[in-house]
Amino acid sequence: MHTDVTTDASEGAPVQTQTATDAGRFRRSRRSRSARKLALGLAGILGFLVTWQLLPTLGLVDPRYFPTATETLAQLGQDVRDLEFWRNVGRTLTSWGLGLLIATVLATVLGTIIGLVPFLRRATHTTVEFLRPIPSVALIPLAVLMFGYQIQSALLIIVYASFWQVFIQVLYGVADVDAVARDTARSFGLSRGSRVVNLVFPTALPYLMTGLRLAAAVALILAITAEMFIGNPGLGREIVFAQSAGNWPAVYSLVIVTGVLGLLINLVFRAIERRTLSWHQSVRGEDVL
Amino acid sequence: MTLYTSTIVTPRRPARVWAKIGESTLYAIGLPVILVVLWGIWATVAPAKFFPSPVELIQAFVDTWIGPAFITDVLPSLARLAVGILISIAAGIGFGMLIGLNRWLRDLLEPMLEFFRAVPPPVLLPIAVVLMGPTDAMKVVVIVVGSVWPILLNTIEGVRSTDSVMTETARSFAVSRSERLRYLVLPAASPRIMAGVRQSLSIALILMVISELGYSSSGLGFQIVYFQRNYLIAEMWSGILLLGLIGVLLATIFGFVERRVLRWYHGIKEVERA
Repeated sequence: MHTDVTTDASEGAPVQTQTATDAGRFRRSRRSRSARKLALGLAGILGFLVTWQLLPTLGLVDPRYFPTATETLAQLGQDVRDLEFWRNVGRTLTSWGLGLLIATVLATVLGTIIGLVPFLRRATHTTVEFLRPIPSVALIPLAVLMFGYQIQSALLIIVYASFWQVFIQVLYGVADVDAVARDTARSFGLSRGSRVVNLVFPTALPYLMTGLRLAAAVALILAITAEMFIGNPGLGREIVFAQSAGNWPAVYSLVIVTGVLGLLINLVFRAIERRTLSWHQSVRGEDVL
Repeated sequence: MTLYTSTIVTPRRPARVWAKIGESTLYAIGLPVILVVLWGIWATVAPAKFFPSPVELIQAFVDTWIGPAFITDVLPSLARLAVGILISIAAGIGFGMLIGLNRWLRDLLEPMLEFFRAVPPPVLLPIAVVLMGPTDAMKVVVIVVGSVWPILLNTIEGVRSTDSVMTETARSFAVSRSERLRYLVLPAASPRIMAGVRQSLSIALILMVISELGYSSSGLGFQIVYFQRNYLIAEMWSGILLLGLIGVLLATIFGFVERRVLRWYHGIKEVERA
């Protein structure tokens, strides 16, 4: 593992002899490496902002529809002092959270039951494979007809999209129980309930967490989509409003806000995944290296 | 145990073969048939305003989509989807290899890439429309910009996690750079790349529909919204059904390609498990 740290710089050159001094150098280089990573990352962000600033200033894109970075960030600074902005963030996150919760609970319960019973798994296979790929945005017209722009219409779309992400993972996870462990549990006379709690649940947990992380990202996409195209109140609707008002700095600043939300959701769910799976090989293994 | 035990084939009686085939067909179509029948009964007993009966739906499907609408609305949508997906895959793998092999570039770009991936793709649509107008190119660009990230980031991750012993062996044997890319890095990254492609496909399909919802006068997404606004409920459902079929088709094609590309990988997995 450590060798690629030192050889990467000399890409294409023959391998240098470095086995003896490696361990010490590795320990020292680890610190400076993360510092370098941070510096380069910041440089990347700065470079992006400068490019963004230059594109409209030099007239490479129409500055009317593509405001400069400073204009957009100034608008963003104004947004965060506005209570209505935070209300909209709250609305978006409410439908996101509710949808994700409903989908997760439904998917975990159904996935566990269907995954544990071979008959059900075989019988539902084709139905699942047909329903799963239907893009949930296809249900937007139906949601509009049934609920208008109440929160239920957003929830319908969010739940449909994120349900399958979790459901499929739980289904795989439940089926992945180690055969030896299962037989051992049986011969030690563990009851059905205790087998589910002590054997099936720990096996399926990594899968569940992966599904949850994917579903959280998908749910945000669908929450914003519902607000943009159905008109549920929230950040997505504000983007459409700002666009029809021709207020382009506001559009871009809201796009940044949605990106930051997505990033935060991603980070939080990765942290949760690490925390709940700290006992698991895939997480433990990284610390040992 | 003699060598022959593994090669002896006990001929199965034809009746049992047929029973086996019948059983799996029953499993495959049993639940869908039951559901459709229940739905039909429910629709005749208590007709709901927004839920047509299966017979009406099939009728509407045939009337709406079999004919000129297939050429004017469905094919262009599918063509944009296909072009968008192919560009995403090519760009994602290309840039992903470049960034993944270059530690300096990776550290420079990683925070920005993480941010771009986190932006929900539909918000790009208003911007793309005003910068490019409601053209075909705009829709393809929206599909690409939205769906390239899972492939790009997974390729970077896959390239980075190439087994270092193999990389060094290839170097010691003086395998040229391009050969290394072709025979070592690309195959090593391919399981991750395929996982990224799988995620991208569903995003691309969502974006195909969305790019036609607000800013278009043709295409599958536009038609579905048109039917909804004019209360043509059965036609609207037929559009949803068509989108479902396209989704299933995409998943089938992907499954086929994945089995071909990752045959060696699944083989290794099976051996490891046994």
